Amino acid sequence: MGIKRYVATRALTMFAVLMITILITISLVGSNMDIILKQGVAFQVRSEITDNPATAGGFLSAEEFEEFIKSQIDQRVQILGLDEPWYSPQRIGLTMYKILLLDFGHATFLTSDSGSTDVGDIIFEKLPRTILLFTTATVLISIVGIFLGALASSRVGSIVDRLTSSFAIISSSFPVWWIGMLLIFLFAFTYQVFPARATPDIPSSDPRYIGALLYHMTLPLITIVLIGFGAWAYLVRNFMVGIMQEDFVMAKRTIGVRPRRIVYTHALKNAAPPIITILALSLSGSLGGAIITEAVFDWPGMGRLYFDAITVLDLPVIIGATYVLTAFFLVSIFIADLLYGYFDPRIRTGV
Amino acid sequence: MSGATSGEIRDEFLKSKMGIAGLAILAALIAVSVIAVLTIPVETFQEWNNPQSWISYPKVAVPVWVNLFLTEKIPEHRILDSPHTSSAQGEVSRTTGSFAFEYTYDGFPNDFIYEFTAEYSGSPLLQMYVIRPDGARIDLLSSSLPYLETHSSHTERVFSADYSIKKNVAMQSGVFDFEPGRLPPEEIIFSQAASNEPLKGRYVFVADTYHAGDGAKITDSRLIIGGKAFGVMGTDELRRDLAVGLLWGTPLALFIGLVVAIASVVMGLLYGVYAGFRGKKTDETMMRFNDVIYALPALPFLIILSITISNSIFVMAGFLMVFGWVGVAKVSRSMSLQIKTRGYVDAAVMMGQKDSKIILRHILPQLLPYAFASIAISVPAAITTEAGLSFLGLGDPSFPTWGQILHDADTYGAGARGLWWWIMPPGVMIAVTGLAFVFIGNALDSIVNPRLKR
Repeated sequence: MGIKRYVATRALTMFAVLMITILITISLVGSNMDIILKQGVAFQVRSEITDNPATAGGFLSAEEFEEFIKSQIDQRVQILGLDEPWYSPQRIGLTMYKILLLDFGHATFLTSDSGSTDVGDIIFEKLPRTILLFTTATVLISIVGIFLGALASSRVGSIVDRLTSSFAIISSSFPVWWIGMLLIFLFAFTYQVFPARATPDIPSSDPRYIGALLYHMTLPLITIVLIGFGAWAYLVRNFMVGIMQEDFVMAKRTIGVRPRRIVYTHALKNAAPPIITILALSLSGSLGGAIITEAVFDWPGMGRLYFDAITVLDLPVIIGATYVLTAFFLVSIFIADLLYGYFDPRIRTGV
Repeated sequence: MSGATSGEIRDEFLKSKMGIAGLAILAALIAVSVIAVLTIPVETFQEWNNPQSWISYPKVAVPVWVNLFLTEKIPEHRILDSPHTSSAQGEVSRTTGSFAFEYTYDGFPNDFIYEFTAEYSGSPLLQMYVIRPDGARIDLLSSSLPYLETHSSHTERVFSADYSIKKNVAMQSGVFDFEPGRLPPEEIIFSQAASNEPLKGRYVFVADTYHAGDGAKITDSRLIIGGKAFGVMGTDELRRDLAVGLLWGTPLALFIGLVVAIASVVMGLLYGVYAGFRGKKTDETMMRFNDVIYALPALPFLIILSITISNSIFVMAGFLMVFGWVGVAKVSRSMSLQIKTRGYVDAAVMMGQKDSKIILRHILPQLLPYAFASIAISVPAAITTEAGLSFLGLGDPSFPTWGQILHDADTYGAGARGLWWWIMPPGVMIAVTGLAFVFIGNALDSIVNPRLKR
């Protein structure tokens, strides 16, 4: 299997997964969405007719009036194509086609900060904030993690090694959001250092907004890094310990290369492929995990948008956000796959 | 993968301090679960979300042991039950209930509530008074119970905030040297005569019911002295005893963690081994399907599923399994690819043994150490994911877990109000449970992958 074929297969699988995800989402929320849409239409027709005295006045009895409204609603439902069940191929096909063109329609309840109800607007307003927080966190985590991991692996069994390993093990069993709650409790209320809500209280048009956003970002950032770097360090340590046992390291040692140089140049270079792959994966994985963390800190990003949308069952937003989250996730899996294939030729040759 | 026998693995495991520590924590958690199930009836626990059943408990009370570290003792919440002695006095019968207790705290109680159920006909008279440690008697209430035509029962709660209690206490303020003014009754009754400081000592609350003729009976009565400290773990905003929730959370967390971990590892193992063993087209198809599930974003899907399908804890466990088996399937497939090439598997194939038999007899046993390690490692993930969903308010209301306690804490702003006993214990329990399995898993893992130890 050549590299082109490999890339093509992966890309095709990813696209299929994306479509399946959207299909599952639509089928899960479809029936609810149908009811809500129909209610919306009924309400709209009724208020249009009753608000217009010219039409409302020309009826002899209440029954006749009701009859008229009903026929109008049916007509409107038919025009919008809502008379077909939500699982009819036409409607699903149309929805999927629209989603592919990034046309997610209008939100039922939620709006963007600037007041737009267009789902695309809402999502692309929130997305950069999530990327800002979680990308910064992941970069910090990986830097600290790689350094600590390399340090621990160069002195297996030392205090540094044991501390890193135990910290990794202990921190991995704490839920990030609970640590978040504790830190809010400690540093926002007991000692008032950082704000409790991560949403800046000045409008996004204000020039000081960026500064306020960064200040509000500190506490969530500390939380994510605190919980995340241990696992990274442990992972890097384990890769490195494996590599340090290989023959070429032995050879370097015998010819008198300094141990520090071996660790930070030669061994780390060899551990790079899996590390880069995991970096690509965790960058996107953090986006999915953002839902709970953002809910705790009230960070105005994708995660909280998603949660808000689910709480009020704002279906266009749910579908749009699922699409964007999945797309990000898949793209990074794809990149991770390619990187792995690039660094480890055994994968792409199908051994 | 090592060729170690189960006996060797057990010996190795018992040598690892981490493994022993994990087992010890697990044993403690199992003990807690057993205690919870035996001492707290499941009915009590399922009343968790019913405010009616927690009404005699105090709001956001700190755990009682906090008093051990304080010089100014916080008043404890007391629920006093007392047997009633009845005595007839000619035409009028009297039922007396007296509640005596030592008050040794450095603060006033929040309130007091007299709660009773009486069976009578007609309209008996209820008189309440309190005898203070200094001997002074303060009359609280003298009022008739509602008229009942036929002999039936009547339940009532007399609150200290009751207007007539306020008025009566204000009228007897001659005992005190300070001006009671607008102070609530409990802050006057429990006060020293000289100044408005709590008076320590033995108080006796007496409730007399007078009834013409006989036949009036107090079937159930108690006096609640509202305090700010209660129970081993305190209470929350909805007056729930957190100890109940925390204790019952243990068997639930263990259930979710173990069931999800075992089921998904078994599923993944069988799937992966079968794919690896059959190879070729079967392997290719099965692994593509695996890729699809792997790429589905788990948390968003779990949220949608719990909202649209069901938030029952059992259904949730099922959903968690759907996303749990994928990683195990990948690893066990590659392991079975390696084992397949060994001579004895070839021999078995040559001898014409059935596929199922080869898989069960020759391949799966080799993977067991890995399976145990992955079960232990998957448990914390399942527990934290469930806790996370519950934290978002998507948990099963009839089986409140630690995550739901934290959800309530967050909803009622426990952080902002400094209610540490509401935030700390559930999270610590989640972490400790996770830690037990991570310890066991790591100990097993270092036996299965000896290279990491060096």
